[in-house]
Amino acid sequence: MKMKTVLMGAVASLAFAPAAMAERGSDGQLNIIYWQAPSILNPYLSGGTKDLESASMIVEPLARYNDTGALVPFLAEEIPTVGNGGVSEDLTSITWKLKAGLLWSDGTPVTSADVAFTAEYCMNPEGGCAQASKFDGVQSVEAIDDLTIKVTFDSPKPNPYGPFAGAQSPIIQAAQFADCLGAKAPECTDANFMPIGTGPFVVTDFRTNDVIQMEANQNYRDPAKPAFATVTFKGGGDATAAGRAVMETGEFDYAWNMQLAPDVLAAMAEGGVGTPISAFGTLVERIEMNLTNPSPDLPEGERATVAHPHPFLSDFAVRHALSMAIDRSLLVEVGYGQAGRPTCNLVPGPEIYASTDNTGCLTQDLEGAKALLDEAGWVDSNGDGIRDKDGVELKILFQTSTNAVRQDFQALIKDMWSQIGVETELRNLDASVFFGGDPGSPDTFQKFYADVEMYANNFDGTDPQAYLAAYRCGGEPKPDSQWQGENINRFCDPAYDALIDELGATADIDKRGELARKMNDMLTKETMTIVPLVDRGRVSAKANTLGGVVLNTWDSELWNVADWYREK
Amino acid sequence: MTDETMDMTAKPRNQWWDVWDQFKTHKGAVFGLCFLIFITLFCLIGPSLWGVDPGKLDIRNKDMRPIYTAIFDSGAKYGWAHPMGTDNLGRDIMANIMQGGRISLAVGWTAMILALVIGTTVGVLAGYFKRLDGILMRFTDLVLALPLLPLLLVMMLLFRDPLRAAFGPEQGIFILIVTGIGITSWMHTARIVRGDVMAIKEREFVLAARSIGTPARRMITRHLLPNVLSPIMVSATLGLATAIITESALSFLGLGFPSDFPTWGKILFDSVDRMTAYPERVIWPGLAISLTVLSVNYIGDGLRDALDPRIRGL
Repeated sequence: MKMKTVLMGAVASLAFAPAAMAERGSDGQLNIIYWQAPSILNPYLSGGTKDLESASMIVEPLARYNDTGALVPFLAEEIPTVGNGGVSEDLTSITWKLKAGLLWSDGTPVTSADVAFTAEYCMNPEGGCAQASKFDGVQSVEAIDDLTIKVTFDSPKPNPYGPFAGAQSPIIQAAQFADCLGAKAPECTDANFMPIGTGPFVVTDFRTNDVIQMEANQNYRDPAKPAFATVTFKGGGDATAAGRAVMETGEFDYAWNMQLAPDVLAAMAEGGVGTPISAFGTLVERIEMNLTNPSPDLPEGERATVAHPHPFLSDFAVRHALSMAIDRSLLVEVGYGQAGRPTCNLVPGPEIYASTDNTGCLTQDLEGAKALLDEAGWVDSNGDGIRDKDGVELKILFQTSTNAVRQDFQALIKDMWSQIGVETELRNLDASVFFGGDPGSPDTFQKFYADVEMYANNFDGTDPQAYLAAYRCGGEPKPDSQWQGENINRFCDPAYDALIDELGATADIDKRGELARKMNDMLTKETMTIVPLVDRGRVSAKANTLGGVVLNTWDSELWNVADWYREK
Repeated sequence: MTDETMDMTAKPRNQWWDVWDQFKTHKGAVFGLCFLIFITLFCLIGPSLWGVDPGKLDIRNKDMRPIYTAIFDSGAKYGWAHPMGTDNLGRDIMANIMQGGRISLAVGWTAMILALVIGTTVGVLAGYFKRLDGILMRFTDLVLALPLLPLLLVMMLLFRDPLRAAFGPEQGIFILIVTGIGITSWMHTARIVRGDVMAIKEREFVLAARSIGTPARRMITRHLLPNVLSPIMVSATLGLATAIITESALSFLGLGFPSDFPTWGKILFDSVDRMTAYPERVIWPGLAISLTVLSVNYIGDGLRDALDPRIRGL
């Protein structure tokens, strides 16, 4: 008897559970606010994040990046790799296979012709495709059969997932865009504003730079999704207003990109209706060490070039001690709160590329730093409170751009360094000059007329190859190159260059990860050329009643909007 | 006011006593003078009495409120160690106001005096010597058209490193900023002084002085300058205010002093973000700037009255 009840209960729960939690359109209305308003829903005609992300609810690529930065199939059956034969051995072609039975929102079938058309649309020489870089090096895109597409490249591509993966290159319907090729692309207003897609929602009304009304796609491939029947996607305003609308008044369920000071955000979250959520990408706030001598006594043209090594920063012990003296947790607490976390890595993600054992810098070690300097011969021999060696004093000129958080960081770091006997002179420069790259100005970050400098940088997409390749010998900004170049620290190591070449010729994802981690460690913990401080993330806000949100920095934030539901 | 007239009075008395007597009757001016002396002493002697390093970070005691907060909010974080509170990095605000005041006042006074000297010289020369008038006034127009910010940017590029090498980072920037503000704010003084000099030049007493053969040098120092003193005083007071404010704007843009070098303007700018949560952080430096400027204005007003023989009743 008892057993029977238990069994019946189990049966009942099995029967009711899916019905209760998943039925298309059962959760009513979803309100999303982006404080920058979408102006077009065709990602091939706009590079704006707001446009890409709003379009990602309607049109979908073959594969998307998930929250760890790994590819997951969307319209494709599986991710092609060398292992499963999808990518050719010589890395010059990739073959995608569509899921069977996919339908557009107008009920017609999705075929490989649509995929081939998408490539033709973006690669048309007359049209200015905003995502053309995704199709770099593509020689041809052929439809082998109804469900198979082969992309051929003109040279080996270790990372062949540029076309048709991620929010930047979704598949558009050939029938709808057939007359919109090349120069005519911007003229197809209806298609650009109300594209037919495979995503969970369909546009019912589009008002440029204002609001988009959507309803659930009745032909979506998962019959139980999306949980919401209608969506209002509101654009415009500012981050503060958007944050208030989600976390204080509850008018909206989701707000994007809360660029607000940590204490302001915390005060909003006290509203109790919503919560800030954060995720981390590749943006790292770091201190760059100048390995060359920036002294103004040197003639112009030789200053801060490889001809003159730095008087004290060329000593590894000094660089290491400077890094050890920094309390990164304190910096995060003061400057970023939830939107940052301490890091020792130049490449903090995706997971496969992030060095996990590089955590030595996370704890401040003032005594260790002092001991290290003592051991290396840097002692205060003339009693002025500053360490010196052979007449060279440890006096650092520390520059960065003008920004309230950066100036707080400067003050804190100056204080930490003074505790190990290093004097710091601070300088802050107008951001438009500092990042302006004008070869005539002495104040650019490339010229680096200072001992150390602080700024943030990241890489586009999920592959750090180009980012790490920047630190090649000879790639530094110098007079011959009009002070352009990405090797800001003037780092040079033949062993590192060999790794760059190896990475460029390796396709196996695990091997690539291993190489990238090794290169990351060489630049950070092994040489302390780059001293990473804070991994800066993205913060968005969601209503407490909204479930299923997984914040993703590698693809659209709305990548899994089909899985969102109302918590009851 | 020659020696003969002095001899006619019963008791010989320095004319500056008369000026002081007249000055004392202007209540605003007396109050302004008192405040100026107070704020100057506060900034000069304050740091040695208070003894807290303005740059010292004390992160555990960050965001402390001023002591008076205790009256209406007993739960607030406050303490006698920091009577004006601390900023978001735990730096003592009172020590910063003192240190910032030193810089702001020094920049203000020096730049103002520089502008005054240049402006008066140019104005008097242009007004008195007809030959120089055209060229000097066109030069004034030219400088008037120079925008301050781009000019300072260029000056920074050209002279920052040499000055830094010669005088150190703070002194070098100080010289640069004072010069920059000084040479771009003398033009209005010059125009006003020129106009007044031209008017006075045609008066009978100047004609009389000229007819007894007074040389130009003595003419200017004896007869013209004392009579144009009041417009000079007024522009001086305005100049001091402008100099303090310009310095703050420059520091904010990253063209001024290094970020760890407090000035009133910079403390004010740094605090704007958290103005709603910590209003005292903008009120203290804002009050210091406005009261200083106001008191200098009143002193100028009082001085003008005191220096005017007609008002003084002679």
